[in-house]
Amino acid sequence: MPSVIYLDNNATTAVDPLVLEAMLPYLKEFYGNPSSMHSFGGQVGKALSQAREQVAALLGCEPSEILFTSCGSEGNNTAIRAALAAQPEKRHIITTQVEHASVLNPCKHLEKQGYHVTYLSVDEQGCLDLLELEAALTGDTALVTLMAANNETGVLFPIEQVGSLAHDYGAIVHVDAVQAVGKIPLDLHQLPVDLLTLSGHKLHAPKGIGALYVRRGFRFRPLLIGGHQEKGRRAGTENVPGIVALGKAAELAQTYLGDPHEQQLRDALEIGLLQRIPDTQVNGHLLHRLPNTTNLGFKFVEGEAILFWLNKYGICASSGSACTSGSLEPSHVLRAMHLPYTVLHGSIRFSLSRFTQAAEVERVLEVLPGIISHLRAISPFSHEEEDWLQQQERELVLR
Amino acid sequence: MWDYSEKVLDLFYHPKNQGPMDPTPEPGIRVVTGDVGSITCGDALRLYLKVEEATERILAASFQTFGCTSAIASSSALTELITGLTLDQALKITNRDIADYLGGLPPAKMHCSVMGQEALEAAIYRYRGIPLPVHTDDDSALICSCFGISESKIRRLVRENHLTTVEEVTAYSKAGGGCGSCLADIEDLIATVLAEGGSERPSVAEPRDPVQVKTSAPLTTLQKIAHIQTVLEQQVRPLLIADGGDVELYDVDGDQVWLRLKGACTSCASSQDTLKLAIETRLREQVWPQLTVHAV
Ligand code: FES
Repeated sequence: MPSVIYLDNNATTAVDPLVLEAMLPYLKEFYGNPSSMHSFGGQVGKALSQAREQVAALLGCEPSEILFTSCGSEGNNTAIRAALAAQPEKRHIITTQVEHASVLNPCKHLEKQGYHVTYLSVDEQGCLDLLELEAALTGDTALVTLMAANNETGVLFPIEQVGSLAHDYGAIVHVDAVQAVGKIPLDLHQLPVDLLTLSGHKLHAPKGIGALYVRRGFRFRPLLIGGHQEKGRRAGTENVPGIVALGKAAELAQTYLGDPHEQQLRDALEIGLLQRIPDTQVNGHLLHRLPNTTNLGFKFVEGEAILFWLNKYGICASSGSACTSGSLEPSHVLRAMHLPYTVLHGSIRFSLSRFTQAAEVERVLEVLPGIISHLRAISPFSHEEEDWLQQQERELVLR
Repeated sequence: MWDYSEKVLDLFYHPKNQGPMDPTPEPGIRVVTGDVGSITCGDALRLYLKVEEATERILAASFQTFGCTSAIASSSALTELITGLTLDQALKITNRDIADYLGGLPPAKMHCSVMGQEALEAAIYRYRGIPLPVHTDDDSALICSCFGISESKIRRLVRENHLTTVEEVTAYSKAGGGCGSCLADIEDLIATVLAEGGSERPSVAEPRDPVQVKTSAPLTTLQKIAHIQTVLEQQVRPLLIADGGDVELYDVDGDQVWLRLKGACTSCASSQDTLKLAIETRLREQVWPQLTVHAV
């Protein structure tokens, strides 16, 4: 296998070697059950509380407010159910059109059960309109659930303003921070947030571990009912190695917060590509964005074809085009931004990590311009036809 | 990641016959184009044909494609399949022929082969000055408004490809892959077509290896070509190459098969015999008994 240039860190990340080192003893010698009444299990219990402290430190909350889960999807599902159970008389939910499937699909499901859901729109840069949020909020709103940072574009939502507005109306606030945790600072002492989801494998811990922040005093209803683990908030024997790994990963993430490395490389990549490849645009707000993500639209060519060429050079990225998703429609995030189809189908996301090297970015700058011009030479569409294409699109919308 | 065949990847990374064709007229020759798809749907193909007017033979074909890996590979495959055919022969090409040529496509990508077949048809109809019979703007009802798919197109795909489920129709046409509001209509339509006895062609059961075909049904020219080529490839060429020669299929017309001998064979006095005995016998046995082989 040729050496891989991995620029798909919003999909998943490499396990940090230090994280692996920290978790290994809990797969080998320390296999005790933390619930057991002997000191062999007790040692393991100490490791769990240390991990809880490490995660709490990263988020600026109390260790008792952290509840370990199996993944981001579990966190989101649990949070939504818990929020509705806490205010059973209210029947309205507010979310956005660009959420992850683990929020959107539970919401659609709840609609069938009689809930009313408002899906807030975003503008062309992927940003929310707070006036639209305010207009949607009512006394019947049980929950406002939205992401801190978008997985496809990296665009950040103004959590603080959203949270205060929602609280004014007595709604519970849940934030899906799976993409944000470890990439930008979050201080839950300050933020008006009741529930917050994170996932380990997005910050260099392994897959299969996540956490949910539950603000102290919140009337929490568990999703998994059984044993008394996690103070009765999530039954099931703890994933000890995963929890230890998440703790270590959180500790490491904190030491890297504010390190400009990722953003410098992201900017070099983005600017370099924009300079070298005409008819290319950045999707998403240029400033209100994660430092590691760039989503670029290469007009007149299709994303899956670009990905297969990049793959030939060992470069991993992802695309919002229809062809890559297995569905026939392009990314719901980019469509919600009302991007023209020329851009939509040719969108590529590069997401970096602290392990990304300058030479890897250089390599992309070397090969991608050639790939795009090769595919544009095959394409029946080109710069000259742009007006005609937009016209075609408009007609389709009108129909 | 999609599991594409070697052939798909090869034609994607090294497409044959890409790019527009020079439309300047040469005497006796016409260049026509056929377009399908749009930027909105996410794939579009413009096919160019260079047709000799006297014989209606396709002298050359090329393409421009906006689309994914399999769309580009399907387009390239199409141009290879049709070069040298007459327009009538080319009209018999189905999307299955394109998919088979590619060593198969992932089920969700079958619509790429359908696009190729439609572009070919569009080009030929344009050459003949006939308005397109089916597809986008025909008068039959629009079933899927998300992707602009008509009833007649779905009927045809169901019949030609022996589709029985809504998922298959979506994979072949995209219909139903958007908002999903047409799914029930598609289901009804499939039931209607099946009830009308849509499956007259037994191609689902058709063996993949043409050498084993001993069918009594008349072969299409394309099938003939494919079968002959397999026999040549697997049984004849290895022998000739070992003797420093080679053979290439030049043309097929009805029962007449033209072969071109290369290298050591052409100078060899017994080349005619080689042809008659070795090749014709084999081809008669394995492809169809009435054929006659000629050298060019
Ligand atoms: S009408 Fe067919 S998918 Fe929307």
